[in-house]
Amino acid sequence: MRSDGTISIWFFIGISLLVNGVLIFGAGVYQISHPPVVKVVLYDLHASVWWGAILAIIGLLYCIFYNPNRA
Amino acid sequence: MMNLGLAMTTGDRLVHLAPVDLVIVVFYFVLVLAIGFYLKGRSNTGEDFFLAGREMTAWIAGLSFLSANLGALELMGWAAASYQYGILAAHWYWIGAIPAMLFLGLVMMPFYYISKTHSVPGYLKLRFGEASRALSAISFAFMTVLMSGINMYAMALVMKVVLGWDINFSIWISSITVAVYVTLGGLRSAIFNEVLQFILIWAGALLIPILGLIEAGGWKALQLKVAQNASVEYTHLWSTLGSFKDNPMGIHWTGIVFGLGFVISFAYWTTDFLVVQRVLAAKDLRAAKMAPIIGAAFKMFVPFIVILPGLLGLAVLPMKLTGEAVAVATGGHSYNEVLPLMLARYCGPGLLGLGITALIAGFMSGMAGNVSAFSTVWTYDIYKALIKKTATDAHYVLMGRWSTILGVLISIGTAYLVMQFLSIMDYVQALFSFFVAPLFGTVILGMLWKRATAAGGFWGLLAGTVSSVGMWAWVKFDPTALRYVALSSNAKDMAENMYRGLWSWIICVVVTVAVSMVTKPKPESELVGLVYGATVIPTEAQVPLYHRPAFWAVIVAIVFIALNIMFW
Repeated sequence: MRSDGTISIWFFIGISLLVNGVLIFGAGVYQISHPPVVKVVLYDLHASVWWGAILAIIGLLYCIFYNPNRA
Repeated sequence: MMNLGLAMTTGDRLVHLAPVDLVIVVFYFVLVLAIGFYLKGRSNTGEDFFLAGREMTAWIAGLSFLSANLGALELMGWAAASYQYGILAAHWYWIGAIPAMLFLGLVMMPFYYISKTHSVPGYLKLRFGEASRALSAISFAFMTVLMSGINMYAMALVMKVVLGWDINFSIWISSITVAVYVTLGGLRSAIFNEVLQFILIWAGALLIPILGLIEAGGWKALQLKVAQNASVEYTHLWSTLGSFKDNPMGIHWTGIVFGLGFVISFAYWTTDFLVVQRVLAAKDLRAAKMAPIIGAAFKMFVPFIVILPGLLGLAVLPMKLTGEAVAVATGGHSYNEVLPLMLARYCGPGLLGLGITALIAGFMSGMAGNVSAFSTVWTYDIYKALIKKTATDAHYVLMGRWSTILGVLISIGTAYLVMQFLSIMDYVQALFSFFVAPLFGTVILGMLWKRATAAGGFWGLLAGTVSSVGMWAWVKFDPTALRYVALSSNAKDMAENMYRGLWSWIICVVVTVAVSMVTKPKPESELVGLVYGATVIPTEAQVPLYHRPAFWAVIVAIVFIALNIMFW
């Protein structure tokens, strides 16, 4: 929490990245187990999986660091 | 492997969203509204509502400063321009932005900030009097909501082409969302959401150039493919600007350096209240000076997510994109679709939702910027100055909330008007450009020249604006006049805009100086906090080097020069 008792914008950004990251990661893992008939270019790189994971990790770090309940 | 970029364009829309994509888009709307409701209780005073309490850090003000400009049409429009004109489009991000942003931070911000003005027209009032303020405030307020409406219509059209969404649905949902969170939380809410939108734009768009470069085989291979599919000039920034005929844009280096790099860029980044308002919300002078420098640092890398996808489109897309008219006639794709096509090419479920969210976020940040700036100028520089001079602070905050809603409604009305009469779009965009360059002439003389008088400021601004309108009309009715206005009959629209801006700025400066020399200046005691030489600017001698704005401006300037040399 900030010194004036309000929630930091960076905490909201953390939530956004975390939720989006988890959803994209999940969609990527699902696509590996259920490969689509029509694939995107460079499908084999599984961008959804690693990009989703990167967003989720950054989001989680922001959520922890800017947690409103953190002393 | 099947090419999804092609597969997804065979129906009545460019892409189809999966359920997970829709969840991501809906989550974005929920989050921005939640931020608006959360900040509702923190916008009770005029200082809170219109200036976000003047408590933003340099990072937040800087990212918001950049985000207000980084609209969806900006993203898609410049990606289209880079497909059409090559890397020349990057000039609008580098020489067309960086020097001006650094100048704003180091030279102009002290006067905007120390004068405690709430707006750019407000500064003109302090420096040149009520007439100059009225002229700039009325033109800015009018143009801002009209531009907002045009962007709204264009964005809804994009959503129809890309996603098949109904135009009315796109207009109303996005407008109501922006109206709710700006009306509730004022500028603070707009700024918070702009920072969120900035992060989402990067998160959603960054994968395209990364995957595109992998597919193309790196920068060198990309250059070769672009040379094969278009021309070798498409990947050179400066070496083709020696003649109007040698480059795809039909522009000379003087137009880029003086028209774009000096007049148009400085005018937009230093006097357009839409962006300057974000910096005025900074918590102290050092944060206000740092914010544009932070914005400049990020601005330098925006071509990576905007210009590079356009070039990659030239290299890897199997179809040839064309102008809008040809695309409609042939059923093909236009330049404007290059970014969504690249998105569809690489992004599967989830990533596609994030990419679409990035476009929506870009549109909403631009619209929020427009309506919050409109609300401030309307309330302080028109309503308070000309209609109701004495009222309580609470009354003006209430007016700010209502004018936010009014601004959104006028924007919606404009969007529907443009839908009926498409040519209005060209006229309004031209109209907006009439005011920007002369305003920069007036503000910069006001800040740097003590001798400039109130009459000089007003008549210079008026003469510059009228001459800009005159040049535009001259070319409109007699196209051969292009060789006088833009110095060449080969000049294209963009080149004409550059030169028209340059001439109108020169006319504004000449008239301001001439009138000032024959009219009585203000005594120096009335110029304190407004003009160079009459204002004591706090020293930074006690501040460590790495905390000084000038130090970081030098770093940004070095990277800026290096980038221009690298892509010469």
